[in-house]
Amino acid sequence: MDATGLELIAQRVRESVGDEVVTGTLFYRGRATLDVAPQSVRDVVAYLRDDDEEPWERLMSVHGVDYLPAEPRLGIHYELLSMERADRLNVRTRVGVEDPRVPTVVDLHPTADFQEREVFDMFGVVFEGHPDMRRILMPEDYEGYPQRRDFPMGGEPVIYTYNEPKLPRWYD
Amino acid sequence: MEVRRTKIEGSDLRVRQLKAQQLLRGELEAEDLELEVEQRLLFTKLETAQNWARKNALFPLGFGLACCAIEMITVVGSPRNDLSRFGAEVIRFSPRQADLLILSGRVSIKMAPIIRRLYEQMLEPKWVIAMGACSSSAGMFNNYAVVQGADKFLPVDIYVPGCPPRPEALIYGIMKLQDQIMGDPAMGWRERYRAEGTEEVA
Amino acid sequence: MTDERKPTTGRVGTMTEALEVPYRERERSVTMEALGEEHEELLTINIGPHHPATHGVLRLLTTLEGEIVRDVKPIIGYVHTGIEKSCEDQQYWKVIPFVERMDYLSYYFNALAFCMAVESLLDEEVPPRAQWLRVLHLELNRIASHLFWIATAALDIGAITMLWWGCRDRDLALDLFEMSGGQRFHTRYFQVGGVVEDIPPGFEEMTRKFVATMYTRIEQYLSLLDRNEIWLQRTKGTGNVPAESLLELGVTGPLLRATGHPWDLRKAMPYSGYENFDFSVPVGTVGDNYDRFRVRIEEMRQSLRIVEQALDGLPEGAYITDNRKVALPPRHELATSMEALIHHFKLVTEGFRVPPGESYIAIESPRGELGCYVLADGSAKPARVHMRDPSFVNLQALPEMARDHLLADFITCVAMLDPILGGVDR
Repeated sequence: MDATGLELIAQRVRESVGDEVVTGTLFYRGRATLDVAPQSVRDVVAYLRDDDEEPWERLMSVHGVDYLPAEPRLGIHYELLSMERADRLNVRTRVGVEDPRVPTVVDLHPTADFQEREVFDMFGVVFEGHPDMRRILMPEDYEGYPQRRDFPMGGEPVIYTYNEPKLPRWYD
Repeated sequence: MEVRRTKIEGSDLRVRQLKAQQLLRGELEAEDLELEVEQRLLFTKLETAQNWARKNALFPLGFGLACCAIEMITVVGSPRNDLSRFGAEVIRFSPRQADLLILSGRVSIKMAPIIRRLYEQMLEPKWVIAMGACSSSAGMFNNYAVVQGADKFLPVDIYVPGCPPRPEALIYGIMKLQDQIMGDPAMGWRERYRAEGTEEVA
Repeated sequence: MTDERKPTTGRVGTMTEALEVPYRERERSVTMEALGEEHEELLTINIGPHHPATHGVLRLLTTLEGEIVRDVKPIIGYVHTGIEKSCEDQQYWKVIPFVERMDYLSYYFNALAFCMAVESLLDEEVPPRAQWLRVLHLELNRIASHLFWIATAALDIGAITMLWWGCRDRDLALDLFEMSGGQRFHTRYFQVGGVVEDIPPGFEEMTRKFVATMYTRIEQYLSLLDRNEIWLQRTKGTGNVPAESLLELGVTGPLLRATGHPWDLRKAMPYSGYENFDFSVPVGTVGDNYDRFRVRIEEMRQSLRIVEQALDGLPEGAYITDNRKVALPPRHELATSMEALIHHFKLVTEGFRVPPGESYIAIESPRGELGCYVLADGSAKPARVHMRDPSFVNLQALPEMARDHLLADFITCVAMLDPILGGVDR
């Protein structure tokens, strides 16, 4: 995979799925990224799996990123792998925090089941069509999406001599 | 408890058996009786004997959370560092049958109520060892998902530092716990948390 | 909680219609006519987070019909430590101990995935000696991980002797790690740009002794287990999943290779000098638990071969990159060179900066494909670190593996699946 190969893939996706679907390509340090619009992720992944000349039949990872302060904030990456050609392609979408909805790819790649639940748990992205959209790592009734950049780290302040008198102790 | 070993005359086994039989039947006379009692009986308090039995037969609860659990299994399972030398090799998985809870690993907020429930299901007397940095004080994980130290919801008796602590360190911690038990099982965490004379009500 | 009873979506291809059919009616499609009406009662129990046979705190919501497992739903999150969130607050150098504690049996692999991702962002070259040292430690860690796996898997199935033997031999491997890295576990030996320290004298000799011992020990394990009728009966024929289902579920590693699919990232997309080593990838035939067991034992043997070759062909040279902006200068230079002092100071207080970009690097860990995604935003702290953990994805294969098995075989399936809950929950 090199930059020209990526451009050819983007071309084929534009021709087959739609023109406004691909919003950009990026080839950096040997990694090919295809930027797509959020609502057409499923079509792109389906096309890349089935119809493309060089099909990408395995989905290795679905993970989310918070690109604060760049808008739109939340990004979802789909790492595709082709075992025949031993090659990787990354499909990326960006959604904003206001309405983070993306169609699910769980029926194309059942491996996305737990992984999309984790993205929902950590970032709040709702995958439409996922059969079991609920929290997976945090407790069921937890509020907030921990992995977002504006979610506080939590924990306790570390007690040094300079702030020990100012911190509340448990026996107060 | 001081043990004095003296060579007993007539140390043939048969002779000893007959003497023991006579002692129990009450047939020994004055200085025979005294000699026999000196050589055969040990005087101690009931609590001390009880503590001695308890400390040498700890039943750890089989409870492993994360990386420290691997070291705990190594302590129990590896022939090099072997916990059965200290009598604690019987790992019981039911909390009703165990008396030592070794919290090995990081305590996440989802797991904390479960551990509390397990602790409450254990019967008195029970002890808790917080093994490793993560259960003593959340270790390096100062964040939203880890309870900052198991002593936020459990009374802990021994803290074993390390990430993960070496098997020798865990064994040292268990030996210290044994010393503590030998002292007084009711003390320990009650002394530290200024709760003498209290009773735990689940 | 009522929503726990929703059926899992385990069947490939019937994803959307599975939900409209109520659970009891789905069960009727299974031909169990020999059982009468009274055996259709399904019991949902909790093989809870605290259980001897689950490898860590895994909660399995199991629906049983009599002794047969009809459906399994894994519920995870009981060791969720927020490692990925914590990593965003640390310098790149300090992220390595966090990331190591994720999949806590294969710590070198976690560190390597992260280091390689950062090195690809920095466009940093790792010297050959460092690469070979990395391979050496990785394969020793693979052996240690498989030893612990066989110790606990055999314990679950009932062959308790393997626990003692496996832990005993694992102690030998951990002694080697202690020699080179200073700690038995989580040694922080891999750094960005190489390894933290060269191997001490005496390491090579001890490793060769270890390798020689392990060959005979593996023979002993096989003679104990492989010719044991009970073991064969319990592992052969249980837990079969066809390769296509596993591929769709994203399963990689020994589980996939046991079905006959020879996908191994060390051979297919070699990294860190693996192309210089001569080893085979063991592949099973049927894909049942016995094949998984044999594949892992054979992988241990191949790892021993790689360790021997690494010792034989270890090249001379630096063990960490020369780039002082990334790696600490050696201590003796601090007394003489001003630049070294400044670099040391900068690296220790602020850390090195990584130009903005993203990278995803995948390696072959003992459980499958371990991927690390790093988003760098130009500062000294990563903006996002995500580990694609193999156990997390492999756990989705558990309902497939365990369907229609007896409860005891289900425990065997969990044991042979080798989940590490630290990696599953992160």
